[in-house]
Order: sequence, then C-alpha cells, then structure tokens
Amino acid sequence: MSAASPVMHPESESLGRGERIAVNFYVVSGLVVFVLMMLLGLVMRMAQGTWLDVGPVLFYQIMTAHGAGMVGAASIAASAVMWFFLRKYVRLRLAPFVANLVLFVLGAVAILAATFIGQYAGAWTFLYPLPVHSMGLWSTDAAALFMLGYLLIGVGFLLFYLDAMLAVVRRYGNLGRALGLQWLFGGEVDRAHPPAVVAATMVIITNSLGILAGAVVLVMCLINAYFPSVALNALLAKNLIYFFGHVFINETIYMSVIAVYELLPRFTGRPWSVSRPFLWGWAASTVMVLIVYPHHLLMDYVMPHWMLVMGQVISYASGLPVFVVTAYGALTNIHRSGIRWDMPARLVILSMFGWAAGIVPAILDGMISVNKVMHNTQWVPGHFHFYLLLGVLPMILAFMYHLSGSRSGARESAGDRVAFFVYLAGGLGFVLAFLAAGHASVPRRFAVHLPEWMPYDRAGSVGAMLLIVTMLVFTARIVAGLLKAPGDGAAAHAVR
Amino acid sequence: MLQDQVWLATLAGIGAIALGFLYAIARARSPGDGQQVQKRAYAVRRWWFFALLLGGIGATWASLDPFPLPLQYGPDEAPQVVRVVGHQWSWQLSGNRFTAGVPVEFLVTSDDVNHGFAIYGPDGRIVTQTQAMPGYTNRLIRTFSQPGRYRVLCLAYCGVAHHGMAAEFEIVAAEERSRS
Repeated sequence: MSAASPVMHPESESLGRGERIAVNFYVVSGLVVFVLMMLLGLVMRMAQGTWLDVGPVLFYQIMTAHGAGMVGAASIAASAVMWFFLRKYVRLRLAPFVANLVLFVLGAVAILAATFIGQYAGAWTFLYPLPVHSMGLWSTDAAALFMLGYLLIGVGFLLFYLDAMLAVVRRYGNLGRALGLQWLFGGEVDRAHPPAVVAATMVIITNSLGILAGAVVLVMCLINAYFPSVALNALLAKNLIYFFGHVFINETIYMSVIAVYELLPRFTGRPWSVSRPFLWGWAASTVMVLIVYPHHLLMDYVMPHWMLVMGQVISYASGLPVFVVTAYGALTNIHRSGIRWDMPARLVILSMFGWAAGIVPAILDGMISVNKVMHNTQWVPGHFHFYLLLGVLPMILAFMYHLSGSRSGARESAGDRVAFFVYLAGGLGFVLAFLAAGHASVPRRFAVHLPEWMPYDRAGSVGAMLLIVTMLVFTARIVAGLLKAPGDGAAAHAVR
Repeated sequence: MLQDQVWLATLAGIGAIALGFLYAIARARSPGDGQQVQKRAYAVRRWWFFALLLGGIGATWASLDPFPLPLQYGPDEAPQVVRVVGHQWSWQLSGNRFTAGVPVEFLVTSDDVNHGFAIYGPDGRIVTQTQAMPGYTNRLIRTFSQPGRYRVLCLAYCGVAHHGMAAEFEIVAAEERSRS
C-alpha cells in the first residue's frame, strides 16, 4: 500500500445544487434509456426465436430505435463520467453540460417519434440512400425527423466538447500539452498529470472531428431528401457515416474509462500515475481511432485497397494500448494490493475484462480474409455487445455506484453482489450466443430466422432476461442512493 | 473451415484473458509491496508488448499475402462471368449454373440501396461475400470446389423485407456440365 491512500470521496468531487440536479438527470436518463433499450433488444431476440410474435415492420422499427437509443444512452452517460471527473482539474461550466442533456432529450424525442409514429426503420446507421428509399413504408419527413434528432444530439455534444476544450487549453496551454505529448520522446514525466485529462483531451479532439463528419453527411442527406436531384456518392456517404459512427461509439469507451483511472486506486490504495507508455498509448489511440474506420468497409472491394489494409492493421494496433496499458495496468494495480472489494471496484475489473476480451473477436473480424465469412453475421453484434455490455456499461455503472455511495455512504449489499454475478453470467451467455451464431453464419439484422438458427436466439433471450433483471436491481439501488438528500445519514460529503 | 478456426482462436483468446484476470483477482486480497509489483509488471510488459507486436506483424503478413481481394479494374478475368444486380428485395443474376473447379467472376452492383451479396454453401455456411452498392461494381472471384445448390442472402440491411431477399445458383461437376 502506498503511504497516502487515495480518499474515496474527495472534497473536489462534491457537487453544488445545480450540478447535483444535472448529474442526477444524466444518471437517471441514462439508466432509463438503457433499461428500455435492453427491453427492445430482448423483444428482438425473442421474436427471432419465435417466442414472441413481432412483424417485420415493427421489428425493424425496434431495431432502429434500439441501435440509436443504445449509442445515445452510452454517450450521454459516458459524458457524465467525463464531466464529473474532468471538472476536478479544469474549470468546466454547467450551462454546456446542461445544454447537452436538453438537446439529447429533444433529439431522443425526435428519433422516437420518427421511428414509432413516422415508422422510420432505416437503422441507426442511416446508410444513404436507404432513408429516402423506403419503398413507401415511411415518409421523407420521418427520415428527416430522425436525422434532425441526430443533429440536435450532435450539437449538444459539440457544445460540451467545446467548453471542455476551452477549459483544457486555459489550464494546460494547448491540447498537445494536456495529452502529454511533450513527454513522449524524453524529459521527466510529471507523474501528477491526471490520466483523466489525457483521456478527456483525446476524446475532445477525436469526437469533435467525428461529430463534424456526421453533421456534414446528415446535412447532405437532408438536402438530398428534399432535393433528390442533388444526389450523393454512396461510397463517400458510407465513408463519412462509418467514420462518424465508429468514432462516436468508441468515444463512449474512452470517456467511461476515466472512471477506471479515477476509482480503482481508491480501492487498492495504489495511485494510477501517467507514464511514458501510458502517454504513448493515448497518443497512438488519438490517431488510430480516426483512421481505423475502413475496417467497416472491408467488403466494399472498390475502396482503395491501401485503405482496407490500413483498416486491418490499425484494428489490431488499436488493441495494443488496451492489452499493454489499460487492462494490464488495472491488473498490475490490483495485484497483491489488499483491494477492498465494493461494487465500483468489481464493476471496474469486469469492465477491463469485457473490453480486453471483446477486442479478440473484433480484431479477428477486422482481418479481410475473416471478414469475408463473418461480416454482417451475428459475430458483429457478438463482439460489440461484448465490450459495450461487459466493458463500457460496467464502467458507467461503477461511476454511478460511486456517485450514489457519495450521497448515501452505503457499501455493497449481498443483493448487489448476487446481481453482479448474475449480470456477468447473463452478459457472457448473451454475447456468446451471438458469437456462436456468427460462427454458424447466422445473419445480423434479420427479422425472421430459419429454425436451425433459433437455439442461438433463445439462448440469447435467456441471457438478456438475466441482464435486464440485474439492470433493474442496479437502477433501483443507484437511484435510491441519489435520491437521498445530501447530508443524510452517513453521506460522504455534503453539498457545497 | 475458416469460421471454425476463428471460433477456436476467439475462445482461446478470451479464455487466456480470463485466466489472467482470475490470477490477478485471486492474489488481489493479500497485500504486497506495490513498488515491487509494479517493477516486475513493467519488466514483463516490455516482453508482452514485443510479443504482441511480432505476433501482429506475422498474422498481418500471413493474412495479406496473397492479397485476399481480386483486382477491381481491368478486363473480365474468369472463364465464367455473372452480372449481379441487387434490388429491394430481390437478386438478379445473369446466370445460375456454373462449373465446379473453374473460377466464377461475380460483378455485383445495386440499382437502389446498399445490399450485401453473401454466398451460402450447401452446408448453410457463408463461403464468401461482397457489397452491392449503387453506382459501383464490386468484382468477386471464387472457385467453387463443391458441387451443389448455393444460396445468396442479403447481409446489408436494406429495408423491411431485407430478410426475404434471396436467390440460388447451382455448381455442377465438370463432367456433368460437359454431358448436359
């Protein structure tokens, strides 16, 4: 143990009244959307397994809402993680943080209305020209409303990132210094430089670019929707969409991992300091997350082949910082540490496993020769659910349990522990059912399945049921903690 | 079959990572000298990094040589050429009977939205695929060794009857083809 163990709930994390209300809304919105979207996911798996009668029209609407909703929920909850910890080191304003949530809610309403009232079912990826080529099943207005919802959410995130960028530059001089680039090739690394600042700076740079690309293609698609003579190049649109989509969903991991750097040391008593390999890992990730997206286009043979090779190579290389820096660093941090197990610590370690293990099938699928037999099978939701469900979501839940504990002072209960292990079992069952189905060439995004594919659907449904039950337990525990008035009982710190 | 190799490699990889986590978790409760642990872990990490780097270079080289995709420009190369057009929600193939052991060149495009042109073998597993995109033609070349009925499914979501977008073609043995 280090001489000075980190404090569990430092004063620098206390929240003013407005901040507390805003964070509560973020947490509750995130949890509610997660649970609702999980229910939609369960409906789809049960429908594929014929345990539920859902017609194709409704199935694809649900699929569209599930994809958009999960990406949105993960992003909004992850941005709360980033805001909560980053504000300890730089001066973040409350208004952009609140604006992000308000625009997210407005965007979500637009997306849900487009999907379930306008019957839009063009998938969360809105791949041109499908949104305007529905064969009469949804209107141009419904597609436009869906894309407008995305634009609202994107504007909110950009406001949040611009405020964070301004705050980081004010404190560190420029983004490069905040990333620690000055220590890559020499000089004594300042061990007090916060890992949270490094991760947040990477996110600010890359997700701003990703969202801008998304905004460009959304505006192009909106113009095309009402002026069809302004036709788009389908390959260019696909490149822009996958650049945006890949960056945006991956940033949920990079925002949420801040919770790992911040919280794990409090349970092990060992600080998580920056080092040269750590800084190299994040600098490399900054570049790699921007250039890896062609691995989504490996089956578009007309793409320049050098880009496809880059997609394969960078897919593999992107795993190195996880295997060598973050997951390895987490195991080093807990090894013979005398760790005090509590829900945030359990969830953090689970998240490291989910992230690292989920990368294995993803990297394999990122090889051109493998992609020829795995692309758009259930292998794909198998690997991304692996690192989102068992990686990102546990990071977010760790933060939420920590926040809840700061109000109530409560430690984990036996119920929490049981829920944790059921979540692990349900999650593994759920993702392995997808991977096994991908191995058997079961397509993804099919409303109707062949009888020989249904055992995978039913196994996945059982896993999803376990996940939802445990998510309800987590949600109840976290919300109950948040609703305690600050200063109640054994509250860790009172309101400022 | 490639799918089986990928499945086994995935299970092995996930299993190895799980063992690493279980090892660290099993030893997490007993406190030790943090600096000593870190020193040893950093020494191991260097070798771990180089092992991953070398493994990655080897796997990249092995998987890209020969390059797994055909050249996309130039004259038709294969003795059997079939033009494929995807529509919402059907496939149009210019031929549906080909000879085993002789390369087939699929020239795949779409006249509306993006589709995925995936060929399923007689055993119900994918043998290869490419995308069908409006305004572009992807050239896929495949030599089928196994005679039988092959199924084409759309693997890129293309609207509400996406799952019903299917076609079939037949691969016949060379001797049978010459008799008919």
